[in-house]
Amino acid sequence: MTLLEVRNLDVGYKVPGGSLLSGPRVLPIVHDVSFTLEPGRTLGVVGESGCGKSTLGRALLRLIEPTAGQVLWQGQDMATIPNLRQRRSEMQIIFQDPVAALDPCMTLARIVSRPLATFEPGLSRREARERAVEALRLVGLSADFADRYPHELSGGQAQRVGIARALVGKPKLIICDEPVSALDVSIQAQVINLLMDLQEKMGLALVFISHNLAVVRHISHDLMVMCLGRVVEHAPRSPFYARPLHPYSQALMQAVPEPDPRREKGRIGTALPGELPSVLNPPPGCVFASRCPKAADLCRSTRPELREVAPGRLAACHFTDAP
Amino acid sequence: MSVDLAPARSASTFQLQLRRFRQNRLAMVSVVVLALIVALCFLGPYAFPFTGEDADFDFISAPAELTWPHLFGTDDFGRDLLVRVLEGGQVSLTIGFLGALVAGVIGVLYGAIAGYVGGRTDGVMMRLVEILYGFPYVILVILLSILLGGGTLALFAAIVFTLWLTPAVIVRAQAQSLAQREFVQAARAGGMTGPAIVLQHIVPNCMSTVLVYGSLLVPEVILSESFLSFLGIGIKEPQASWGNLIQAGTSAMDTDLRLLLLPGGLLAVVLLCLNFIADGLRDAFDPNDR
Repeated sequence: MTLLEVRNLDVGYKVPGGSLLSGPRVLPIVHDVSFTLEPGRTLGVVGESGCGKSTLGRALLRLIEPTAGQVLWQGQDMATIPNLRQRRSEMQIIFQDPVAALDPCMTLARIVSRPLATFEPGLSRREARERAVEALRLVGLSADFADRYPHELSGGQAQRVGIARALVGKPKLIICDEPVSALDVSIQAQVINLLMDLQEKMGLALVFISHNLAVVRHISHDLMVMCLGRVVEHAPRSPFYARPLHPYSQALMQAVPEPDPRREKGRIGTALPGELPSVLNPPPGCVFASRCPKAADLCRSTRPELREVAPGRLAACHFTDAP
Repeated sequence: MSVDLAPARSASTFQLQLRRFRQNRLAMVSVVVLALIVALCFLGPYAFPFTGEDADFDFISAPAELTWPHLFGTDDFGRDLLVRVLEGGQVSLTIGFLGALVAGVIGVLYGAIAGYVGGRTDGVMMRLVEILYGFPYVILVILLSILLGGGTLALFAAIVFTLWLTPAVIVRAQAQSLAQREFVQAARAGGMTGPAIVLQHIVPNCMSTVLVYGSLLVPEVILSESFLSFLGIGIKEPQASWGNLIQAGTSAMDTDLRLLLLPGGLLAVVLLCLNFIADGLRDAFDPNDR
């Protein structure tokens, strides 16, 4: 059964209205996002900062209320799931800043076992602690970490604790919100490999949010590229990396640093010209038109729909043809 | 004095801060002196065969000659000055610590809720605080004394009523920034309810700030009590407090200075100690100052 199905999701933040009496205005961040996720699969969500990927991730778990559209969890609308609080053990999240995600006043055992108080209220304190130690061991931290405090950890260790906390309730889905972008490159690989191991062991589905295409390549089965709150391309991994179809995806791909300095030299000057449009005043046409090298008049006046340009490959561009 | 600088395995930030506080000599001396004064005030009167309200007509206005039983002499009514000062200290210190505690608890909870919930609730709650800030303090106390029939309770209520506002504002600002932190979102994803998040995540993380401010709140409460008793609004004769003892002392200042010096000196020492402790706590807890 499909684990997660998202239909035409819109998310926005409330901002204070102009006057005291008028209600709050909604600042739209994510527009019309739809996708499905099967158990054990990973969806990589990529885009530049401010494109709404983190907002989308939080809205999937209803940490932010969506303004329109539906999120179906195993076929059930999240908005109407009774006792969603208990069901949250099935869907967890890990964060970008691993240290800020841990309460500095609590020991690691308490941090990790805390969700069990909600999910399995019958558990004794001792059993909860044992589960926490077990979860810590699963992410590669020995039992003597249990009584330490977050400020004693390195970033990589802190991120492992974040993963352990997500795992302790035996989830089916983990939203990974830029889980490695705050870590050293060498630690990034460790954390990603850990996530992939856990996925294999526990059949986890992951939504992996990142701005770095190189990181996502390793872990994802499918990719979704977002620009200014809209999905511009959605494709399986291999064909996407072989040839991205949307000009925005191509630009992102070119932004991945080249490890070989001799080849890197020739790439200088590929930075995108043009301005990122304002979220408050989005352009009528394509969200990428102001920076797109291929933009025509049509792009500035009419928004391209996300359409299937090849089997399994969706792109929102007027000028993209089948590869 | 050798200090063990090697951090023990696994100390929370809070424990580390406490350790830093213990290394502050002035603050630790203040803690000891304050503890001695508190013990003296609460145990001392038992050493004498009379209470502070018993008049000894053989010794009216006896001078301070350090002779038994009236070590520091008596006042115009023949009441032993030292015992009265110690009993007055019980009242002042109790109101000081209890008042700061109650005002602190109310303020912290109010501020934490306003800061965490945010939005319109926050707006309404904070406007209320601002309105209460606007009340003139002394008039409020007089009104409350009339309302509650005067006495210690009215004084206590009035002090708490005015002093919980500042901790509420301080904690609210901190709770607001904590509510955006990722561990609070993780707690929500972990199915924690709002009240549980406020009590288990927000309040503990505000504690170091609150402790520093609370230690300044205690002398503030003691001072207000003394000030109001001095004005005659607070603790009434024959019950003693440092405020009304000082007031009695000032009226006899020209003839007999000791009536002023004993309660005044003790109050000054307690306030100094509390300020040094507050200072030490701030040094230990405030990362910006290091």
